[in-house]
Amino acid sequence: MALDSKIPKGPLADKWTNHKNSINLVNPANKRLIDVIVVGTGLAGGSAAATLAELGYNVKAFCFQDSPRRAHSIAAQGGINAAKNYQGDGDSTYRLFYDTVKGGDYRSREANVYRLAEVSANIIDQCVAQGVPFAREYGGLLDNRSFGGVLVSRTFYAAGQTGQQLLLGAYSALNRQIGRGKVKMYNRHEMLDVVVVNGKARGIIARNMITGEIERHSAHAVVLGTGGYGNVFFLSTNAMGSNVTAAWKAHKRGAYFANPCYTQIHPTCIPVSGDHQSKLTLMSESLRNDGRIWVPKHMKDVEAIRAGKLKPTDLAEEDRDYYLERRYPAFGNLVPRDVASRAAKERCDAGYGVNATGEAVYLDFASAIKRYGKEQAHIKGLDENDAALVKQLGQDVVRTKYGNLFQMYEKIVDQNPYETPMMIYPAVHYTMGGVWVDYNLQTTVPGLYCIGEANFSDHGANRLGASALMQGLADGYFVLPYTIGDYLADDIRTGPISTDSPAFEEAEKSVRDNINHLINNNGKYSVDHFHKKLGKIMWNKCGMARNEQGLKEAITEIAELRAEFWKDVKVPGTNDEFNEELAKALRVADFLELGELFAKDALLREESAGGHFREEYQTEEGEAKRRKEFQYVAAWEYKGEPKDAVLHKEDLVYENIEVKERSYK
Amino acid sequence: MNLTLKIWRQKNANDKGKMVDYPISDISPDMSFLEMLDVLNEQLINKGEEPVAFDHDCREGICGMCSLYINGEAHGPDRGVTTCQLHMRMFKDGDTIYIEPFRAAAFPVIKDLVVDRSAFDRIQHAGGFISVNTSGNTIDANAIPVNKHDADDAFAAATCIGCGACVASCKNSSAMLFVGAKVSQFALLPQGQVEATDRVLNMVKQMDEEGFGNCTNTGACEVECPKGISLENIARMNREYLKASLKG
Repeated sequence: MALDSKIPKGPLADKWTNHKNSINLVNPANKRLIDVIVVGTGLAGGSAAATLAELGYNVKAFCFQDSPRRAHSIAAQGGINAAKNYQGDGDSTYRLFYDTVKGGDYRSREANVYRLAEVSANIIDQCVAQGVPFAREYGGLLDNRSFGGVLVSRTFYAAGQTGQQLLLGAYSALNRQIGRGKVKMYNRHEMLDVVVVNGKARGIIARNMITGEIERHSAHAVVLGTGGYGNVFFLSTNAMGSNVTAAWKAHKRGAYFANPCYTQIHPTCIPVSGDHQSKLTLMSESLRNDGRIWVPKHMKDVEAIRAGKLKPTDLAEEDRDYYLERRYPAFGNLVPRDVASRAAKERCDAGYGVNATGEAVYLDFASAIKRYGKEQAHIKGLDENDAALVKQLGQDVVRTKYGNLFQMYEKIVDQNPYETPMMIYPAVHYTMGGVWVDYNLQTTVPGLYCIGEANFSDHGANRLGASALMQGLADGYFVLPYTIGDYLADDIRTGPISTDSPAFEEAEKSVRDNINHLINNNGKYSVDHFHKKLGKIMWNKCGMARNEQGLKEAITEIAELRAEFWKDVKVPGTNDEFNEELAKALRVADFLELGELFAKDALLREESAGGHFREEYQTEEGEAKRRKEFQYVAAWEYKGEPKDAVLHKEDLVYENIEVKERSYK
Repeated sequence: MNLTLKIWRQKNANDKGKMVDYPISDISPDMSFLEMLDVLNEQLINKGEEPVAFDHDCREGICGMCSLYINGEAHGPDRGVTTCQLHMRMFKDGDTIYIEPFRAAAFPVIKDLVVDRSAFDRIQHAGGFISVNTSGNTIDANAIPVNKHDADDAFAAATCIGCGACVASCKNSSAMLFVGAKVSQFALLPQGQVEATDRVLNMVKQMDEEGFGNCTNTGACEVECPKGISLENIARMNREYLKASLKG
């Protein structure tokens, strides 16, 4: 099948408006006759479910958590971008578009990104109307801050918990529709397959996680807003339950999976402390507004710090290497995430890591505390030269901005980041790859849509900070509700979809067979045993730096591990009860397939771009080296084993932006 | 560290349930409490026993899913943290630790330490929203300035994670702090004024129907709340409720 991205014709700035004016609509009376399933209740899924219900469709929404409010969007910290230009610092729709395409290392689709930038301003209006309590200035207007890879302040925020506030906004919109009976909510349900009837997505198979019951649910269209697959690395900043299952089942039912190797390793996370670790914790990128990243300049100081003989606060300014400021003077500590992560790895690989494992750098707030403290002292007419007072005033400012993050750090590491620099190291955070979708957010399976992090479309090879929240809400509130109507307009006479058909029968049977196998397997090792092994392969061979040999090894090793898993996994308990181990086993089974495709995709992509860094392809200065011949989306078609997946290319055409060397110097 | 765990085991909602002892050894003080339970579960699975079921997801203190009652306190002995952010350095070698589910009539046990908190969702369905459609055709976000202190207070109320520690800590199993936080968030913002009357009446009505108890101002909820939600929110809800009742 040829890949048709269905990008509307016409000038970039008019595409979305023209498209909305020309697509089919469903009249309000007919919307009542149409059912839509939305899987996932994060920013994308939650906002889509609410909006579709407001429009009049009958929505069934699913989440595996005990409440839609717990979807992992809740954990997003720093903020949400919007081209409002409230700060009057030169921002515009075009600049947000430009920054996003450049930040994505010229591997995203122009038309999608422009639309995203276009609707971004609306998101802020909408959220404020819903009662989302964004940070404000004393004059009562909204405050902004800056994020990596841009030269303006366009990020709206609510302390270090913006995701929480935005998700609770979407959750409130969803609650209103649940209360009206327009959304039927299925909590503690995991989607285990997509049902395709006569070539169209017409439902899902879900497992009730309390009773174990396998349920058939039908609809005229299915929307997946099921998040990213970072947990294929075992350790990531994702929630424990975040998984690829919905997206992977869609892939197995005909949806192409695009650019799986594009993974974001976030530069500022709390370093791994031991084998017991179950997940990693992010320290928001917003901290790089005020924190300065450094390692000691001299090896003797590194050794003294590791031996506990020297405190970082005792090291003189001239003995510190603020390596981001040194290497990238224009953007300094606010370079994009991929660049910051690689720079940290470079210093640690060279031996300058500051903790026992040698995998940590400092994020230091001392200068910000001093700067803010002096400012406050001045405002309040106090003594600017009183160091203790300035420190206290400065700490108060930092506490207002990032208090929850500092508290999290202190609880996990047992050190006070107001007094000593944080230690941070890169960790898996976000996946730019995902289910391939066209301009309408439809996958290669008619009637199956994919939104938010689960799809691949807007961030290219690297996502800029504060853009995930923007994309999730843009897709759910303002894009999908229009584009899905174009498809559903053909379904006004279809009537309810029966679940009593061979397609549902077959899908349910395959789910049951899988579960029965796992439950009756009685192997030797727990699910986590295999998940941790997979994570090690992924991190060592498909992590921050990749090469041909390592990727080939990863492909073989993952395939072997998958075979072992099916032979030797042990899942206690039964199917017909609350069984967390069974839920985990079903997810890890899919990660074991995705991981192999991930490595295969990384092997194919003989270039470096954004989060995908191939050691063979770097500039003399160690920066990512893109290659013109890879200016395409790699969309994989399922053909059985991951090794048999067939590649389809969508060429990326840049008509409105000049593709050039990505520089932040 | 070596510890003795006394854990509530209950097969399902109909089972009576009981405390069961589990010795556990070689626990690092840097582990989170849930990572300690992961170690226990791995051992139980390897021995062919059923692992202990507990709710958890983000493991960074924000999703509100984890919900353990540890040594008689919701989320355990530390302050300002959820169970997932509680670290083993809060305990001593040789300690005995009691681990129970959040208990309340409105939170029935599903299995072991997992409870059903859907009553909280239903209270939100009754009025925890502003009735504005997501058309994008609202007024500009800066059209209505909001006093910074009000905005900050609204935010502080809105940081409630809906974990249910307030209910579990209250001798009456009252949900007033949870409901007060949502009512307050909207009461403090201009956008929330239009539906203020219906909101507070409907949410309180649903709260009562779910079987949560009354507030007798003991303040345990505020002490145990991992997000430090203030009792002022209950006072504000009471004022809102009184205002609404007089109008209604």
